[in-house]
Amino acid sequence: MNRTLLEDLIEMSTIIVLVKQVPDTNAKIAVQGGRVDLSTVKMEMSPYDGFAIETALRHKEATGGTVTALTVGGAGTEKILKDAKAMGVDNIVRVWDDSWSELDSNALQSVLKESIESLGGTAVYCGKSAADTGAGSTGPGLAERLGWANASNVIGAEFGDAVTVSMPVEAGVAKVSVPLPAVISCDKGDFKPRKANVKGIMMAKKAQVELITASAPASTVVVASHSMPAAKPAGKTFEGGSSASQVVQLLRDEANVL
Amino acid sequence: MTNKIVIAELTKGTVNASTAELVSAAQAMGGDVTVVVPCTDASMADAVSGYDGVAKVIAVKSDVFAGNDSSGWASALDSAMPAGTVLFLATARSKDVAARLAARRGLSVVQDVVSIEGNNLTSPIYSGKANQTVAVNGDAVVSVRANVFSGVGSGSSNDVSVVDASGDVKTAVQDVMERASARLDVSEANIIISGGRGMGSPANFSHLEAVADTIGAAVGASRAAVDTWEEIPHSMQVGQTGKTVNPNLYIAVGISGAIQHLAGMRSSKYIVAINKDADAPIFQHADYGIVATWEEALPVFQDALSSLLG
Ligand SMILES: Cc1cc2nc3c(=O)[nH]c(=O)nc-3n(C[C@H](O)[C@H](O)[C@H](O)COP(=O)(O)OP(=O)(O)OC[C@H]3O[C@@H](n4cnc5c(N)ncnc54)[C@H](O)[C@@H]3O)c2cc1C
Repeated sequence: MNRTLLEDLIEMSTIIVLVKQVPDTNAKIAVQGGRVDLSTVKMEMSPYDGFAIETALRHKEATGGTVTALTVGGAGTEKILKDAKAMGVDNIVRVWDDSWSELDSNALQSVLKESIESLGGTAVYCGKSAADTGAGSTGPGLAERLGWANASNVIGAEFGDAVTVSMPVEAGVAKVSVPLPAVISCDKGDFKPRKANVKGIMMAKKAQVELITASAPASTVVVASHSMPAAKPAGKTFEGGSSASQVVQLLRDEANVL
Repeated sequence: MTNKIVIAELTKGTVNASTAELVSAAQAMGGDVTVVVPCTDASMADAVSGYDGVAKVIAVKSDVFAGNDSSGWASALDSAMPAGTVLFLATARSKDVAARLAARRGLSVVQDVVSIEGNNLTSPIYSGKANQTVAVNGDAVVSVRANVFSGVGSGSSNDVSVVDASGDVKTAVQDVMERASARLDVSEANIIISGGRGMGSPANFSHLEAVADTIGAAVGASRAAVDTWEEIPHSMQVGQTGKTVNPNLYIAVGISGAIQHLAGMRSSKYIVAINKDADAPIFQHADYGIVATWEEALPVFQDALSSLLG
Protein backbone atom coordinates (compact mmCIF):
# COMPACT_ATOMS: atom_id res chain seq x y z
CA MET A 1 0.00 0.00 0.00
CA ASN A 2 1.30 3.44 -0.85
CA ARG A 3 0.79 5.30 2.37
CA THR A 4 1.44 8.78 0.94
CA LEU A 5 -1.03 8.33 -1.85
CA LEU A 6 -3.67 6.90 0.43
CA GLU A 7 -3.39 9.76 2.84
CA ASP A 8 -3.45 12.33 0.07
CA LEU A 9 -6.67 10.77 -1.16
CA ILE A 10 -8.43 11.17 2.13
CA GLU A 11 -6.77 14.55 2.68
CA MET A 12 -5.47 13.96 6.17
CA SER A 13 -2.35 15.38 7.62
CA THR A 14 0.29 12.97 8.82
CA ILE A 15 1.64 14.27 12.09
CA ILE A 16 4.86 12.67 13.24
CA VAL A 17 6.31 12.86 16.72
CA LEU A 18 9.94 11.92 17.35
CA VAL A 19 10.69 10.09 20.59
CA LYS A 20 13.98 8.94 22.09
CA GLN A 21 14.91 6.46 24.79
CA VAL A 22 17.24 7.86 27.46
CA PRO A 23 18.32 6.87 30.99
CA ASP A 24 15.83 7.68 33.75
CA THR A 25 16.72 11.26 34.73
CA ASN A 26 16.94 10.21 38.40
CA ALA A 27 19.48 7.48 37.63
CA LYS A 28 23.07 7.56 38.87
CA ILE A 29 25.49 7.50 35.94
CA ALA A 30 28.76 5.56 36.20
CA VAL A 31 31.70 5.36 33.80
CA GLN A 32 33.46 2.01 33.24
CA GLY A 33 36.56 1.75 31.07
CA GLY A 34 36.06 5.15 29.48
CA ARG A 35 32.39 4.51 28.63
CA VAL A 36 29.16 5.28 30.42
CA ASP A 37 27.79 2.00 31.78
CA LEU A 38 24.02 1.93 31.27
CA SER A 39 23.61 -1.82 31.83
CA THR A 40 21.85 -1.40 35.17
CA VAL A 41 20.10 1.88 34.41
CA LYS A 42 16.36 2.02 33.82
CA MET A 43 15.58 3.51 30.41
CA GLU A 44 12.57 5.68 29.66
CA MET A 45 11.21 8.16 27.13
CA SER A 46 12.99 11.51 27.26
CA PRO A 47 10.74 13.78 29.38
CA TYR A 48 10.33 16.55 26.76
CA ASP A 49 8.99 14.02 24.28
CA GLY A 50 5.86 13.80 26.43
CA PHE A 51 5.18 17.47 25.67
CA ALA A 52 5.76 16.77 21.97
CA ILE A 53 3.28 13.86 21.97
CA GLU A 54 0.68 15.97 23.75
CA THR A 55 1.12 18.80 21.24
CA ALA A 56 0.90 16.38 18.30
CA LEU A 57 -2.31 14.81 19.67
CA ARG A 58 -3.86 18.26 20.10
CA HIS A 59 -2.88 19.11 16.54
CA LYS A 60 -4.73 16.03 15.33
CA GLU A 61 -7.74 16.79 17.52
CA ALA A 62 -7.91 20.30 16.01
CA THR A 63 -7.41 19.49 12.32
CA GLY A 64 -7.85 15.75 11.83
CA GLY A 65 -5.22 13.38 10.54
CA THR A 66 -3.07 10.75 12.16
CA VAL A 67 -0.22 10.83 14.65
CA THR A 68 2.75 8.52 14.16
CA ALA A 69 5.41 8.17 16.86
CA LEU A 70 8.83 7.37 15.48
CA THR A 71 12.10 6.43 17.11
CA VAL A 72 15.51 5.53 15.76
CA GLY A 73 16.90 2.68 17.81
CA GLY A 74 17.41 -1.03 18.35
CA ALA A 75 14.69 -3.49 19.39
CA GLY A 76 15.14 -2.47 23.04
CA THR A 77 13.60 0.91 22.32
CA GLU A 78 10.11 -0.39 21.46
CA LYS A 79 8.90 0.15 25.02
CA ILE A 80 8.80 3.92 24.54
CA LEU A 81 6.82 3.48 21.32
CA LYS A 82 4.28 1.44 23.28
CA ASP A 83 4.19 4.22 25.89
CA ALA A 84 3.45 6.70 23.09
CA LYS A 85 0.73 4.39 21.77
CA ALA A 86 -0.82 4.18 25.22
CA MET A 87 -1.03 7.99 25.27
CA GLY A 88 -3.05 7.85 22.04
CA VAL A 89 -0.87 8.00 18.94
CA ASP A 90 -2.21 6.02 15.96
CA ASN A 91 0.92 4.39 14.58
CA ILE A 92 4.33 3.47 15.97
CA VAL A 93 7.41 3.17 13.80
CA ARG A 94 10.97 2.12 14.60
CA VAL A 95 13.76 2.97 12.19
CA TRP A 96 16.82 0.77 12.35
CA ASP A 97 19.54 -1.07 10.50
CA ASP A 98 21.67 -3.57 12.38
CA SER A 99 24.82 -2.09 10.84
CA TRP A 100 24.24 1.17 12.75
CA SER A 101 25.75 1.87 16.15
CA GLU A 102 26.36 5.46 17.19
CA LEU A 103 25.00 7.85 14.56
CA ASP A 104 26.36 11.40 14.54
CA SER A 105 23.91 14.26 14.02
CA ASN A 106 24.48 14.28 10.26
CA ALA A 107 23.73 10.56 9.99
CA LEU A 108 20.78 10.64 12.38
CA GLN A 109 19.13 13.59 10.67
CA SER A 110 19.66 12.01 7.25
CA VAL A 111 17.89 8.87 8.48
CA LEU A 112 15.05 10.94 9.94
CA LYS A 113 14.66 12.98 6.74
CA GLU A 114 14.34 9.86 4.61
CA SER A 115 11.93 8.23 7.08
CA ILE A 116 9.68 11.28 7.30
CA GLU A 117 9.58 11.64 3.53
CA SER A 118 8.59 8.01 3.13
CA LEU A 119 5.85 8.35 5.75
CA GLY A 120 4.60 11.54 4.08
CA GLY A 121 4.80 13.68 7.23
CA THR A 122 3.45 17.22 7.14
CA ALA A 123 4.14 18.31 10.71
CA VAL A 124 6.86 16.92 12.95
CA TYR A 125 7.01 17.43 16.70
CA CYS A 126 9.92 16.57 19.01
CA GLY A 127 11.19 17.46 22.49
CA LYS A 128 13.27 20.63 22.81
CA SER A 129 16.24 18.40 23.54
CA ALA A 130 16.84 14.81 24.62
CA ALA A 131 17.75 14.26 28.26
CA ASP A 132 20.95 12.39 27.36
CA THR A 133 22.94 14.84 25.24
CA GLY A 134 20.76 17.90 25.84
CA ALA A 135 21.91 19.11 22.42
CA GLY A 136 18.59 20.18 20.88
CA SER A 137 19.98 19.81 17.34
CA THR A 138 17.51 17.34 15.86
CA GLY A 139 14.48 19.61 15.33
CA PRO A 140 16.22 22.51 13.57
CA GLY A 141 18.68 20.24 11.71
CA LEU A 142 15.92 18.00 10.40
CA ALA A 143 13.86 21.02 9.30
CA GLU A 144 16.80 22.37 7.30
CA ARG A 145 17.32 19.03 5.57
CA LEU A 146 13.62 18.86 4.65
CA GLY A 147 13.62 22.52 3.57
CA TRP A 148 10.90 23.21 6.17
CA ALA A 149 10.29 25.93 8.74
CA ASN A 150 11.09 25.21 12.36
CA ALA A 151 10.35 26.64 15.79
CA SER A 152 12.13 25.56 18.96
CA ASN A 153 11.42 25.54 22.70
CA VAL A 154 7.73 26.04 22.02
CA ILE A 155 5.49 26.47 25.09
CA GLY A 156 2.07 26.74 23.44
CA ALA A 157 0.43 26.19 20.05
CA GLU A 158 -2.76 26.85 18.09
CA PHE A 159 -3.47 24.77 15.00
CA GLY A 160 -4.79 25.76 11.60
CA ASP A 161 -3.30 25.98 8.10
CA ALA A 162 -0.23 27.18 9.95
CA VAL A 163 0.69 26.43 13.56
CA THR A 164 0.86 29.54 15.72
CA VAL A 165 3.36 28.85 18.48
CA SER A 166 4.40 30.69 21.63
CA MET A 167 8.12 30.68 22.19
CA PRO A 168 10.57 32.59 24.36
CA VAL A 169 12.63 35.31 22.64
CA GLU A 170 14.98 37.94 24.07
CA ALA A 171 12.23 40.45 24.75
CA GLY A 172 9.70 38.03 26.24
CA VAL A 173 7.37 35.51 24.66
CA ALA A 174 6.63 35.73 20.92
CA LYS A 175 3.61 34.40 19.03
CA VAL A 176 5.03 33.10 15.78
CA SER A 177 3.17 31.79 12.74
CA VAL A 178 4.92 28.66 11.47
CA PRO A 179 3.74 27.58 8.00
CA LEU A 180 3.38 23.84 7.40
CA PRO A 181 5.22 21.64 6.74
CA ALA A 182 7.40 22.35 9.79
CA VAL A 183 9.36 20.82 12.63
CA ILE A 184 8.40 22.09 16.07
CA SER A 185 10.35 21.28 19.24
CA CYS A 186 8.45 21.42 22.52
CA ASP A 187 9.39 22.63 26.00
CA LYS A 188 7.31 22.29 29.16
CA GLY A 189 4.51 24.80 28.64
CA ASP A 190 0.75 25.12 28.46
CA PHE A 191 0.16 21.47 27.57
CA LYS A 192 0.41 18.79 30.23
CA PRO A 193 1.13 15.36 28.76
CA ARG A 194 -2.00 13.21 29.15
CA LYS A 195 -1.81 10.04 31.20
CA ALA A 196 -2.42 6.75 29.46
CA ASN A 197 -5.80 5.23 30.39
CA VAL A 198 -6.57 1.52 30.69
CA LYS A 199 -7.94 1.30 27.15
CA GLY A 200 -4.80 2.98 25.81
CA ILE A 201 -2.56 0.59 27.68
CA MET A 202 -4.53 -2.42 26.37
CA MET A 203 -4.31 -1.07 22.80
CA ALA A 204 -0.58 -0.50 23.22
CA LYS A 205 -0.03 -4.11 24.31
CA LYS A 206 -1.52 -5.39 21.08
CA ALA A 207 -0.06 -2.72 18.81
CA GLN A 208 2.43 -3.69 16.13
CA VAL A 209 5.62 -1.71 15.74
CA GLU A 210 6.28 -1.02 12.09
CA LEU A 211 9.98 -1.47 11.29
CA ILE A 212 11.50 0.59 8.50
CA THR A 213 15.04 1.43 7.49
CA ALA A 214 16.89 4.21 5.72
CA SER A 215 20.40 4.96 4.54
CA ALA A 216 22.87 6.60 6.90
CA PRO A 217 26.04 8.37 5.72
CA ALA A 218 29.24 7.49 7.61
CA SER A 219 29.67 9.40 10.86
CA THR A 220 32.49 11.97 10.99
CA VAL A 221 31.97 12.73 14.67
CA VAL A 222 32.67 9.67 16.82
CA VAL A 223 32.56 9.23 20.58
CA ALA A 224 36.14 8.92 21.87
CA SER A 225 35.43 8.53 25.59
CA HIS A 226 33.19 9.30 28.53
CA SER A 227 34.41 10.60 31.88
CA MET A 228 33.04 11.74 35.19
CA PRO A 229 33.04 15.52 35.73
CA ALA A 230 36.03 16.71 37.78
CA ALA A 231 35.09 16.85 41.45
CA LYS A 232 34.83 20.40 42.68
CA PRO A 233 37.36 21.32 45.37
CA ALA A 234 35.67 21.58 48.75
CA GLY A 235 34.25 25.03 49.33
CA LYS A 236 34.35 27.24 52.40
CA THR A 237 31.42 27.16 54.77
CA PHE A 238 30.52 29.87 57.25
CA GLU A 239 28.10 29.86 60.17
CA GLY A 240 25.59 32.61 60.76
CA GLY A 241 24.12 35.46 58.74
CA SER A 242 26.84 37.94 59.68
CA SER A 243 29.35 35.90 57.65
CA ALA A 244 27.60 37.10 54.49
CA SER A 245 29.79 40.23 54.43
CA GLN A 246 32.90 38.05 54.47
CA VAL A 247 31.54 36.06 51.54
CA VAL A 248 30.95 39.27 49.58
CA GLN A 249 34.58 40.22 50.20
CA LEU A 250 35.76 36.79 49.00
CA LEU A 251 33.59 37.04 45.88
CA ARG A 252 35.45 40.23 45.06
CA ASP A 253 39.01 39.36 46.15
CA GLU A 254 39.27 35.60 45.67
CA ALA A 255 36.71 34.75 43.00
CA ASN A 256 36.87 38.08 41.13
CA VAL A 257 33.24 37.86 40.13
CA LEU A 258 31.99 41.18 41.53
CA MET B 1 44.29 22.78 9.42
CA THR B 2 41.01 24.14 8.15
CA ASN B 3 39.60 27.61 8.65
CA LYS B 4 37.82 28.35 11.88
CA ILE B 5 34.85 30.66 11.63
CA VAL B 6 33.57 32.33 14.78
CA ILE B 7 30.01 33.65 14.62
CA ALA B 8 29.77 36.70 16.88
CA GLU B 9 26.97 36.32 19.42
CA LEU B 10 24.35 39.07 19.37
CA THR B 11 22.58 40.06 22.57
CA LYS B 12 19.92 42.74 22.18
CA GLY B 13 21.48 43.93 18.93
CA THR B 14 25.08 44.26 20.11
CA VAL B 15 28.03 41.88 20.08
CA ASN B 16 28.21 39.86 23.30
CA ALA B 17 31.63 39.97 25.01
CA SER B 18 31.70 36.15 25.11
CA THR B 19 32.54 36.31 21.40
CA ALA B 20 36.17 36.81 22.52
CA GLU B 21 35.91 33.42 24.29
CA LEU B 22 34.86 31.83 21.00
CA VAL B 23 38.05 33.13 19.37
CA SER B 24 40.11 31.42 22.11
CA ALA B 25 38.13 28.22 21.57
CA ALA B 26 38.77 28.43 17.81
CA GLN B 27 42.49 28.92 18.47
CA ALA B 28 42.49 25.80 20.65
CA MET B 29 41.27 23.87 17.59
CA GLY B 30 43.98 25.40 15.39
CA GLY B 31 43.92 27.19 12.02
CA ASP B 32 43.19 30.75 10.91
CA VAL B 33 40.31 32.42 12.69
CA THR B 34 37.71 34.48 10.84
CA VAL B 35 35.10 36.33 12.88
CA VAL B 36 31.71 36.72 11.19
CA VAL B 37 29.41 39.37 12.64
CA PRO B 38 25.73 38.92 11.77
CA CYS B 39 24.45 42.47 11.75
CA THR B 40 21.84 44.90 10.58
CA ASP B 41 24.41 47.71 10.53
CA ALA B 42 28.09 47.18 9.69
CA SER B 43 29.18 49.37 12.60
CA MET B 44 28.17 46.51 14.91
CA ALA B 45 31.40 44.81 13.79
CA ASP B 46 33.48 47.55 15.45
CA ALA B 47 33.16 45.58 18.68
CA VAL B 48 35.40 42.80 17.31
CA SER B 49 37.73 44.73 14.99
CA GLY B 50 40.28 45.04 17.79
CA TYR B 51 40.35 41.34 18.72
CA ASP B 52 43.81 39.76 18.85
CA GLY B 53 44.57 36.56 16.96
CA VAL B 54 42.00 37.11 14.22
CA ALA B 55 42.89 36.82 10.51
CA LYS B 56 39.74 38.41 9.12
CA VAL B 57 36.46 40.01 10.13
CA ILE B 58 33.38 39.76 7.91
CA ALA B 59 30.31 41.83 8.72
CA VAL B 60 27.33 40.02 7.19
CA LYS B 61 24.56 42.55 6.83
CA SER B 62 20.97 41.39 6.59
CA ASP B 63 17.54 42.25 7.95
CA VAL B 64 17.08 38.64 9.00
CA PHE B 65 19.41 39.21 11.96
CA ALA B 66 16.88 41.57 13.53
CA GLY B 67 14.57 38.56 13.95
CA ASN B 68 14.77 35.02 15.30
CA ASP B 69 13.96 32.80 12.31
CA SER B 70 16.73 30.23 12.32
CA SER B 71 16.23 29.37 8.64
CA GLY B 72 16.79 33.03 7.80
CA TRP B 73 19.89 33.23 9.98
CA ALA B 74 21.44 29.99 8.69
CA SER B 75 20.85 30.73 5.01
CA ALA B 76 22.15 34.31 5.22
CA LEU B 77 25.28 33.22 7.11
CA ASP B 78 25.87 30.28 4.81
CA SER B 79 25.79 32.48 1.70
CA ALA B 80 28.38 34.89 3.08
CA MET B 81 31.08 32.79 4.66
CA PRO B 82 33.75 30.35 3.54
CA ALA B 83 33.95 26.63 4.34
CA GLY B 84 35.49 25.59 7.65
CA THR B 85 34.63 24.61 11.17
CA VAL B 86 32.09 27.05 12.59
CA LEU B 87 31.82 28.09 16.25
CA PHE B 88 28.75 29.60 17.91
CA LEU B 89 28.07 30.53 21.53
CA ALA B 90 25.79 27.90 23.12
CA THR B 91 22.67 30.04 23.61
CA ALA B 92 19.17 28.86 22.71
CA ARG B 93 18.99 30.83 19.45
CA SER B 94 22.55 30.14 18.36
CA LYS B 95 22.27 26.39 19.03
CA ASP B 96 19.23 26.35 16.76
CA VAL B 97 21.04 28.28 14.02
CA ALA B 98 24.12 26.07 14.45
CA ALA B 99 22.03 22.95 13.88
CA ARG B 100 20.41 24.40 10.76
CA LEU B 101 23.71 25.64 9.35
CA ALA B 102 25.33 22.24 9.92
CA ALA B 103 22.46 20.49 8.16
CA ARG B 104 22.64 22.99 5.31
CA ARG B 105 26.30 22.16 4.81
CA GLY B 106 25.88 18.41 5.34
CA LEU B 107 27.98 18.57 8.51
CA SER B 108 27.52 17.28 12.03
CA VAL B 109 26.96 19.59 14.96
CA VAL B 110 28.50 19.29 18.42
CA GLN B 111 26.71 21.38 21.05
CA ASP B 112 27.65 22.77 24.49
CA VAL B 113 31.39 22.24 24.25
CA VAL B 114 33.28 22.95 27.50
CA SER B 115 36.76 21.70 26.63
CA ILE B 116 38.82 21.41 23.44
CA GLU B 117 41.98 19.48 22.70
CA GLY B 118 42.67 19.76 18.99
CA ASN B 119 39.91 17.79 17.30
CA ASN B 120 38.61 16.32 20.55
CA LEU B 121 35.62 18.20 21.92
CA THR B 122 34.06 17.58 25.32
CA SER B 123 30.46 18.37 26.31
CA PRO B 124 28.44 17.52 29.40
CA ILE B 125 25.87 14.73 28.97
CA TYR B 126 23.09 13.45 31.24
CA SER B 127 22.62 17.01 32.60
CA GLY B 128 26.25 17.21 33.67
CA LYS B 129 26.40 13.83 35.41
CA ALA B 130 29.12 12.80 32.92
CA ASN B 131 31.20 14.24 30.10
CA GLN B 132 31.43 13.01 26.54
CA THR B 133 34.48 13.56 24.36
CA VAL B 134 34.02 13.23 20.62
CA ALA B 135 36.65 13.15 17.89
CA VAL B 136 35.78 15.33 14.90
CA ASN B 137 37.10 14.37 11.46
CA GLY B 138 36.92 17.26 9.02
CA ASP B 139 34.67 20.28 9.42
CA ALA B 140 31.82 20.53 11.89
CA VAL B 141 29.61 23.15 13.48
CA VAL B 142 30.22 23.61 17.19
CA SER B 143 28.57 25.55 19.99
CA VAL B 144 30.70 26.52 22.99
CA ARG B 145 29.38 27.30 26.47
CA ALA B 146 29.97 30.79 27.83
CA ASN B 147 32.36 31.44 30.73
CA VAL B 148 34.55 28.41 30.04
CA PHE B 149 37.33 29.85 27.86
CA SER B 150 39.03 33.12 28.73
CA GLY B 151 38.52 35.63 25.96
CA VAL B 152 41.29 36.91 23.67
CA GLY B 153 42.59 40.40 24.28
CA SER B 154 41.95 43.43 22.17
CA GLY B 155 44.42 45.89 20.69
CA SER B 156 44.72 44.82 17.07
CA SER B 157 43.15 46.60 14.15
CA ASN B 158 41.56 44.05 11.87
CA ASP B 159 40.11 45.00 8.51
CA VAL B 160 36.38 44.52 8.30
CA SER B 161 34.83 43.48 5.01
CA VAL B 162 31.11 43.98 4.62
CA VAL B 163 28.88 41.52 2.75
CA ASP B 164 25.19 42.09 2.08
CA ALA B 165 23.18 38.90 2.40
CA SER B 166 19.58 37.83 2.20
CA GLY B 167 18.04 34.93 4.03
CA ASP B 168 15.21 32.47 3.58
CA VAL B 169 12.87 33.47 6.41
CA LYS B 170 10.09 30.92 6.88
CA THR B 171 8.19 32.00 10.00
CA ALA B 172 6.45 35.26 10.89
CA VAL B 173 6.30 36.92 14.29
CA GLN B 174 2.75 38.06 15.01
CA ASP B 175 3.13 39.52 18.42
CA VAL B 176 5.63 39.75 21.29
CA MET B 177 4.49 39.83 24.89
CA GLU B 178 7.28 41.80 26.52
CA ARG B 179 8.63 40.53 29.79
CA ALA B 180 6.98 42.43 32.60
CA SER B 181 10.25 43.31 34.30
CA ALA B 182 13.25 44.82 32.58
CA ARG B 183 15.38 42.34 34.49
CA LEU B 184 17.58 39.86 32.63
CA ASP B 185 16.46 36.35 31.87
CA VAL B 186 18.41 33.62 33.68
CA SER B 187 19.61 32.23 30.36
CA GLU B 188 21.44 35.42 29.49
CA ALA B 189 22.79 36.57 32.86
CA ASN B 190 26.34 36.39 34.18
CA ILE B 191 25.12 36.41 37.76
CA ILE B 192 21.99 34.64 38.98
CA ILE B 193 20.35 34.67 42.38
CA SER B 194 17.74 31.93 42.78
CA GLY B 195 15.18 31.27 45.47
CA GLY B 196 13.65 27.98 46.55
CA ARG B 197 10.85 26.77 48.75
CA GLY B 198 12.86 28.07 51.71
CA MET B 199 11.93 31.64 50.70
CA GLY B 200 8.60 30.93 52.39
CA SER B 201 6.44 33.05 50.09
CA PRO B 202 6.61 34.59 46.61
CA ALA B 203 6.54 38.07 48.17
CA ASN B 204 9.90 37.32 49.75
CA PHE B 205 11.46 37.11 46.29
CA SER B 206 11.58 40.93 46.50
CA HIS B 207 14.66 40.47 48.70
CA LEU B 208 16.33 38.51 45.91
CA GLU B 209 15.29 41.17 43.40
CA ALA B 210 16.93 43.85 45.53
CA VAL B 211 20.22 41.95 45.48
CA ALA B 212 19.80 41.33 41.75
CA ASP B 213 19.33 45.04 41.09
CA THR B 214 22.51 45.85 43.01
CA ILE B 215 24.72 43.43 41.07
CA GLY B 216 22.95 43.25 37.68
CA ALA B 217 21.81 39.70 38.24
CA ALA B 218 18.86 37.68 36.99
CA VAL B 219 16.45 36.07 39.46
CA GLY B 220 15.88 32.32 39.16
CA ALA B 221 13.93 29.72 41.11
CA SER B 222 13.77 26.04 41.98
CA ARG B 223 10.97 23.87 40.68
CA ALA B 224 9.44 23.68 44.15
CA ALA B 225 9.11 27.48 44.12
CA VAL B 226 7.66 27.52 40.58
CA ASP B 227 5.22 24.70 41.32
CA THR B 228 4.11 26.09 44.69
CA TRP B 229 3.66 29.75 43.80
CA GLU B 230 1.76 30.96 40.75
CA GLU B 231 3.61 34.29 40.90
CA ILE B 232 6.91 32.55 40.08
CA PRO B 233 6.79 31.69 36.35
CA HIS B 234 8.33 28.59 34.81
CA SER B 235 10.62 30.86 32.76
CA MET B 236 12.55 31.41 36.02
CA GLN B 237 13.06 27.70 36.70
CA VAL B 238 16.61 26.41 36.73
CA GLY B 239 17.25 22.68 36.43
CA GLN B 240 16.48 19.50 34.57
CA THR B 241 13.05 20.66 33.40
CA GLY B 242 13.91 24.34 33.51
CA LYS B 243 16.88 26.22 32.10
CA THR B 244 20.49 25.13 32.07
CA VAL B 245 22.63 28.07 33.12
CA ASN B 246 26.34 28.65 33.20
CA PRO B 247 26.92 32.00 34.92
CA ASN B 248 30.06 33.30 36.61
CA LEU B 249 28.21 33.39 39.90
CA TYR B 250 25.13 31.46 41.06
CA ILE B 251 23.61 32.29 44.44
CA ALA B 252 21.16 29.66 45.74
CA VAL B 253 18.92 30.85 48.57
CA GLY B 254 16.64 28.42 50.41
CA ILE B 255 17.34 25.72 47.83
CA SER B 256 18.20 22.22 49.05
CA GLY B 257 20.27 21.22 46.00
CA ALA B 258 18.28 18.29 44.57
CA ILE B 259 19.98 16.47 41.68
CA GLN B 260 17.49 17.94 39.20
CA HIS B 261 18.29 21.47 40.35
CA LEU B 262 22.03 20.80 40.23
CA ALA B 263 21.55 19.55 36.67
CA GLY B 264 20.79 23.09 35.59
CA MET B 265 23.46 25.04 37.47
CA ARG B 266 26.34 22.82 38.59
CA SER B 267 28.66 24.13 35.88
CA SER B 268 28.41 27.71 37.21
CA LYS B 269 31.89 29.08 37.82
CA TYR B 270 31.21 30.06 41.46
CA ILE B 271 28.32 28.92 43.63
CA VAL B 272 27.15 30.57 46.84
CA ALA B 273 24.56 28.81 49.00
CA ILE B 274 22.48 30.32 51.77
CA ASN B 275 20.57 27.64 53.66
CA LYS B 276 19.61 27.14 57.28
CA ASP B 277 20.29 23.40 57.15
CA ALA B 278 24.03 22.64 57.36
CA ASP B 279 23.34 19.21 55.83
CA ALA B 280 21.62 20.52 52.69
CA PRO B 281 23.24 18.87 49.64
CA ILE B 282 23.73 22.27 47.99
CA PHE B 283 26.66 22.92 50.35
CA GLN B 284 28.62 20.07 48.75
CA HIS B 285 28.60 22.04 45.51
CA ALA B 286 29.06 25.54 46.92
CA ASP B 287 32.33 27.44 46.80
CA TYR B 288 31.00 29.62 49.61
CA GLY B 289 28.33 28.33 51.94
CA ILE B 290 26.47 30.38 54.52
CA VAL B 291 24.62 28.32 57.11
CA ALA B 292 21.90 30.72 58.19
CA THR B 293 18.34 31.66 57.41
CA TRP B 294 18.02 34.03 54.50
CA GLU B 295 16.23 36.41 56.86
CA GLU B 296 19.54 36.74 58.73
CA ALA B 297 21.98 36.49 55.85
CA LEU B 298 20.43 38.44 52.97
CA PRO B 299 20.30 41.88 54.64
CA VAL B 300 24.00 41.57 55.55
CA PHE B 301 24.77 40.34 52.03
CA GLN B 302 22.83 43.23 50.52
CA ASP B 303 24.52 45.84 52.73
CA ALA B 304 27.99 44.49 51.97
CA LEU B 305 27.24 44.53 48.23
CA SER B 306 25.84 48.04 48.36
CA SER B 307 28.87 49.41 50.17
CA LEU B 308 31.23 47.54 47.86
CA LEU B 309 29.51 48.50 44.61
CA GLY B 310 27.29 51.39 45.55
C1 LIG C 1 11.65 14.67 36.59
C2 LIG C 1 11.96 15.75 37.60
C3 LIG C 1 12.40 16.99 37.13
C4 LIG C 1 12.72 18.01 38.03
N1 LIG C 1 13.19 19.20 37.52
C5 LIG C 1 13.57 20.18 38.39
C6 LIG C 1 14.09 21.42 37.92
O1 LIG C 1 14.18 21.68 36.71
N2 LIG C 1 14.50 22.33 38.82
C7 LIG C 1 14.42 22.13 40.17
O2 LIG C 1 14.81 23.02 40.94
N3 LIG C 1 13.89 20.99 40.64
C8 LIG C 1 13.46 20.00 39.79
N4 LIG C 1 12.88 18.87 40.29
C9 LIG C 1 12.51 18.84 41.72
C10 LIG C 1 13.63 18.55 42.67
O3 LIG C 1 13.71 17.14 42.85
C11 LIG C 1 13.38 19.21 44.04
O4 LIG C 1 12.14 18.78 44.52
C12 LIG C 1 13.39 20.74 44.03
O5 LIG C 1 14.56 21.21 43.38
C13 LIG C 1 13.36 21.24 45.44
O6 LIG C 1 13.28 22.64 45.46
P1 LIG C 1 13.80 23.45 46.71
O7 LIG C 1 15.25 23.20 46.91
O8 LIG C 1 13.38 24.87 46.50
O9 LIG C 1 12.90 22.89 47.89
P2 LIG C 1 13.26 21.97 49.11
O10 LIG C 1 13.94 20.73 48.68
O11 LIG C 1 12.03 21.86 49.91
O12 LIG C 1 14.33 22.79 49.91
C14 LIG C 1 14.08 23.98 50.60
C15 LIG C 1 15.36 24.35 51.31
O13 LIG C 1 15.21 25.60 51.93
C16 LIG C 1 15.86 25.60 53.18
N5 LIG C 1 15.22 26.62 54.01
C17 LIG C 1 13.98 26.60 54.57
N6 LIG C 1 13.73 27.76 55.20
C18 LIG C 1 14.82 28.53 55.05
C19 LIG C 1 15.19 29.83 55.50
N7 LIG C 1 14.35 30.59 56.20
N8 LIG C 1 16.40 30.30 55.16
C20 LIG C 1 17.28 29.54 54.46
N9 LIG C 1 16.99 28.30 54.02
C21 LIG C 1 15.78 27.81 54.31
C22 LIG C 1 15.68 24.19 53.69
O14 LIG C 1 16.72 23.88 54.61
C23 LIG C 1 15.78 23.36 52.40
O15 LIG C 1 17.13 22.95 52.17
C24 LIG C 1 12.57 17.82 39.42
C25 LIG C 1 12.11 16.58 39.89
C26 LIG C 1 11.81 15.56 39.00
C27 LIG C 1 11.34 14.25 39.55
